Amino acid sequence: MIWLEKRAAPSRFWTVVTPLLAVALTMLAGGVLFAALGKDPVAAIRTIFWDPLFNAQFASYSRPQLLVKAGPLILIATGLALGFRAGVWNIGAEGQYIVGALCGAGVGLAFYPLEAWYVFPLMVLAGGLGGWAWAMIPALLKTRFRTNEILVSLLLVYVAEQFLASMSLGLMRNPEGGGFPGSRNLQQYPSAANPELISGTGLHWGVVVAFVALIMAYILLHRHILGFQIRLAGQSPRAARFAGVNANRLVVFCLGVSGALAGLAGLFEVSGPAGQVNIDFNQGYGFTAIIVAFLGRLHPVGILFAGLLMALTYIGGELAQFMLQIPAAAIQAFQGMLLFFLLGVDVLTNYRVRIGIRETA
Amino acid sequence: MKLKPVLAGLALALGLAGVAAAADKTKVGFIFVGPIGDGGWTHEHNVARLAVEEKFGDAVETIYQESVPEGADAERVLTQMALSGADLIFSTSFGFMDPTMNVAAKFPDVKFEHATGYKRADNVGTYSARFYEGRAIQGLIAGRMTQTNVVGYIASFPIPEVIRGINSAFIHARKANPDVQFKVIWAYTWFDPAKEADAAAALIEQGADVILQHTDSTAPQAAAEKAGNVITFGQASDMIEYAPRPRVSSIIDNWTPYYIDRVQAVMDGTWTSDDTWHGIREGMVKIGEITDAVPADVKQAALALKDSIASGDYHPFTGPLNKQDGTPWLTEGETADDGTLLGMNFFVEGLAAEIPQ
Amino acid sequence: MDLSAINPVILTASLMVAATPILLAAIGELVVEKSGVLNLGVEGMMIAGAICGFAVAVETGSPALGFLAAALGGAGLALIFGFLTQVLMSNQVATGLALALFGLGLSALIGQRYQGVKPPATARLDLGPLSDIPVLGRVLFSHDPMVYVSLGLVAAVWAFLRVTRAGLILRAVGEGHDAAHALGYKVVRIRLMAIAFGGACAGLGGAYLSLIRVPQWTEGMTAGAGWIALAIVVFASWRAGRVLLGAYLFGGVAVLQLNLQAAGVPVPVEYLSMSPYLITIIVLVIMSSRRGRAAVAAPASLGRVFHASS
Repeated sequence: MIWLEKRAAPSRFWTVVTPLLAVALTMLAGGVLFAALGKDPVAAIRTIFWDPLFNAQFASYSRPQLLVKAGPLILIATGLALGFRAGVWNIGAEGQYIVGALCGAGVGLAFYPLEAWYVFPLMVLAGGLGGWAWAMIPALLKTRFRTNEILVSLLLVYVAEQFLASMSLGLMRNPEGGGFPGSRNLQQYPSAANPELISGTGLHWGVVVAFVALIMAYILLHRHILGFQIRLAGQSPRAARFAGVNANRLVVFCLGVSGALAGLAGLFEVSGPAGQVNIDFNQGYGFTAIIVAFLGRLHPVGILFAGLLMALTYIGGELAQFMLQIPAAAIQAFQGMLLFFLLGVDVLTNYRVRIGIRETA
Repeated sequence: MKLKPVLAGLALALGLAGVAAAADKTKVGFIFVGPIGDGGWTHEHNVARLAVEEKFGDAVETIYQESVPEGADAERVLTQMALSGADLIFSTSFGFMDPTMNVAAKFPDVKFEHATGYKRADNVGTYSARFYEGRAIQGLIAGRMTQTNVVGYIASFPIPEVIRGINSAFIHARKANPDVQFKVIWAYTWFDPAKEADAAAALIEQGADVILQHTDSTAPQAAAEKAGNVITFGQASDMIEYAPRPRVSSIIDNWTPYYIDRVQAVMDGTWTSDDTWHGIREGMVKIGEITDAVPADVKQAALALKDSIASGDYHPFTGPLNKQDGTPWLTEGETADDGTLLGMNFFVEGLAAEIPQ
Repeated sequence: MDLSAINPVILTASLMVAATPILLAAIGELVVEKSGVLNLGVEGMMIAGAICGFAVAVETGSPALGFLAAALGGAGLALIFGFLTQVLMSNQVATGLALALFGLGLSALIGQRYQGVKPPATARLDLGPLSDIPVLGRVLFSHDPMVYVSLGLVAAVWAFLRVTRAGLILRAVGEGHDAAHALGYKVVRIRLMAIAFGGACAGLGGAYLSLIRVPQWTEGMTAGAGWIALAIVVFASWRAGRVLLGAYLFGGVAVLQLNLQAAGVPVPVEYLSMSPYLITIIVLVIMSSRRGRAAVAAPASLGRVFHASS
C-alpha cells in the first residue's frame, strides 16, 4: 500500500519543485477545461500566464499592474502568516481591511477640501488603527474569555460589510454624486490621494509598505526573539509555555499586527486604485490573502511569489476573457484548480511517499 | 517559484503568435458589472452587443468582459481593452464612471460611452434610458387591476433612478385609482434572488396583489405565481416565461438601436461626445407585450398612455404635483426638467413610504 | 405604519421557508465540524448543489431526482476538499476558501445553458385536514416536503450524535484525533464520510433555493447563504437543536426586516442585518467564559491536521 511518512524537516528540493509541479498540473487540467469549452487550450494558457508579462501589446501596462493587484494581497498575507505560524488564526482580515479603509477614508473625507501635507499621513494612521482595533475584538475575547478567534474574526467580517454598506449609502455618500451610493473619489483630492509614485511602475504607497512589511517580517522571524517565540508557539505550544512565552501577549501581538496591516491595505486601496468607499469596495482581498499566505508557506519570500502568482492569474484571466471570450466563470474555476493543486502537492514537501508495508502499523 | 524560465521555454516552444486583430475592423469593447447570464441588466447589454455583431458582421469585432468589480479592476480592464485596439468602449455601470474618465484621458483616440453617469469629455459620452416612462404604464395597469388597493414595490437602493420609478408608477396608479396605496421594500441589492423572493412574499402577505420590482431576478415572479392572485411586471428583461400571469407586461432595456447607432457613427467618423437620455419614443425603453390577463379596456388605456408618451404629447411628470411633505413642486401643466429628475431624492405627495436617509 | 398588517402566523411560516436552505447547510457543516474538520467552502458546495439539482430537475422533470443530484453534487465537491485535507493534509482554511471559489466558478459554467429556464414545480405536501388546523396548520402542515426533510435531518443528526455509537465515535474523532486513532478508529475514513455528508446537505440547501424558494438558476444565486450557515453552527455551539434555533434566528431577522418595511416601519436595514452576527459573538463569549464546561465549546481538534504517525 501507499502511505506517507512525515519528514523530519521539509524537503528543500520539493519546496522548490512543488509550486512548479502544481502550475504544470493546473496548465494540464485547465487546458482540458478550456478545450471542453471549445477554446484553444494552448492559447488560453499562454494568455493567462504569458501575455500579462511579455505580450508586446499589454505587458508594459500589465506588468506594473501585477504589483497593484499583488500589493494588498502581500501586505495582508504577511501579517496573517505571522499569526498562522504562532497558531493564531485570524481569518477576518477582510473585515479589518474594510474597517481600515473606512477609518482612513473617513479621516480624509472629514478634511475635505482642505489641502495639507498631513492629511494623508493621518489617514494612514487611521487606517492602520482601524484595522488594528477591529482585530483587537477577537484578540481581547480570546485572551479574556478564551473565545475562538477563528470564528469571532470571521463573524466580524459580516458586521464590517454591513458597516460598509451603511457608510456608502449614508454618512460617506458623495453629496455631489448624483445620489448614487459611494463616497467622493479620493484620487481627485490630492492631499488624500495615494497615487502612482513613479509613473508607469504601478508603485504606490501600499506596494512600498507591502515590501517593507515583508522585510520586517523576515527579520522578525529569523533574527528576533519574538520571531523565535512565534515559531515555537506554533510548533509546540507546551514547549513555548515552558520557555516562558506569554501566550496572551502573542495573541494580541499577532492579531494586532495582522489587523493593522490589513487595515493599511484597505486604506491604500481606497485612497489609491479603488478611489472611493463603495458597497462592493471589498473584493475578497482579505480571504484571498489567506490563500496567498498558505501558498507562500507562511514565509515572506514565498508570500511574495504567491501574491504575484495570484495577481498574474487575475490579470491573465481578464485578458483571456476578452481576447478569447472565455467566460469569467471558467477563469474562476481555473483559479480554484490552481489553488487545489498548489495546496495538494505541498504534501510532498513535508511527507515522503512510501510504497510497501508499514513497519509499525 | 521559478515561473519565468518555464514560461519562457513554453512560449518559445509554442512560438509567439501575434494578436490576430485585423486593422480594418472596428473593435468595440463592453465591460459589464454582472455576469452576462444575470437575466437582467447585464444580460440586456449583452443582447445588444450580439445585435451589433449581427448587424455589422465582419466589419466589427466585439470583445467583452463580464463581472468586473467597480473600482480598481474596472480601470485595468478598460485600459487593457483600449490597449488591445478597441475603437469604442461601452462601460455599462454607474460605478465605472471615474475609471472610465481616467482611462479616457489616457487614450484620446478611443471613444467611450458610459451608461447612467454624468461626467463627460471629448471622447466620453453618456447614455441612459427614461425607464420612468415605462413605470408610468405599469402604474396605470397596477392601479386599475388591484383589488386590494395595495401595490407592493421591491426597490433596490434609495438612489434617484429608483425613486423616480416609484414616483412615476405611483402618480399613474393614483390617477387610475385614488384609493391605491404603495408599500415599498428597500432590498439593498440589485440581485439576490432569495431576498427578492422573501420581499415579494412579505408584500403579498400584507395584502399586495400587484408587485412591481426594481431588482433583476425572476424570484418575485415565482413568488407571485405561487401566491396565485397576484400580478407582476418583467424588469430589465421581458421575463416572458411568467406570462400571461403573473407577468402581465414588462419594461425591457433595449440598448440595441443606440449601440448600433454609435458603432455606425464611429465607423463613419461622425462620433461626438453627447448626453443621451432616450425613452419609449427612441425605442430604448420597450414595453413588453401586455397579456390577456389584463382586461381589454385597461390594455387600451395603457397603450394610449404609451403612445402619448412616445409622441411627446405627455410627460409622466406633469403638474400639478406636490412633494411628499406637501410643498408644491410642479404647477398645473408644468413638466419636470431633466436636472430635477436626474437628482430626484424625494417622493411625491400621497406616497406613504419613506426614503432611507 | 401598520403593524397589524403583519400576521405572526404567516410570518412564522415564511420564516421557516426562508431558513430552510441555511438550516440544511448548517446541519451538514455541524457534522463536519463535530468530526474536527472546518470546511469553509459551504458557499461553493451550496451553489454546486443548486445548479446540479436544477439541471437534473429540468432534464428529467423530477424535482426529487434533482434533489438527489444536488446531494451528490455537493458531496462530490466536498470530497475534493476531503481528499486534499485528509489524504494530502493540506490546510483546511485555505482549502475551504479555494473550494468556495471553485464551486462558484464551476456552477456558473454548468449553469450557462439554464438561464431563464423554469424548473418543474415541487408540489406542496398534502397533509389533508392537518393543514386546516388554525395557526398550527399554516405554520406546521402546509409546506413543501423539503421543509420536513430538513427538520427530520436535524432530529436525525441530534439523535445520531447523542445516542448512537457511531455518533460517539464521530465526536471522539473531533475531540482528539490522536486518541481516537490510538483506540483503533479510522480517523480519515470517518472524517471523509462526515465531509461528504456535509457536502450533501449543503447541496440540498442550494437546490432548495434554485428549485423551490426562488425558483430559477442564476450565477451566484446563493448570495452568501453558505457563509451564514457557518455562522449558525457557531451560534449553535455545535449542538443540533440549536442549529434549528440559529437558522430561524438568521432567517427570521431577514424576513422580519422585510415585513417591517412592508408595514411602513423605517428600519435601519444594515444594523438589523448585522445583529445576528453580533448575537452569535455574544453567545460565543458567554459559552467560552464558562470555563468549567469545555464540552459545549468547539470540538478540540477543529481545523487541525491529522497524520497517523504510528
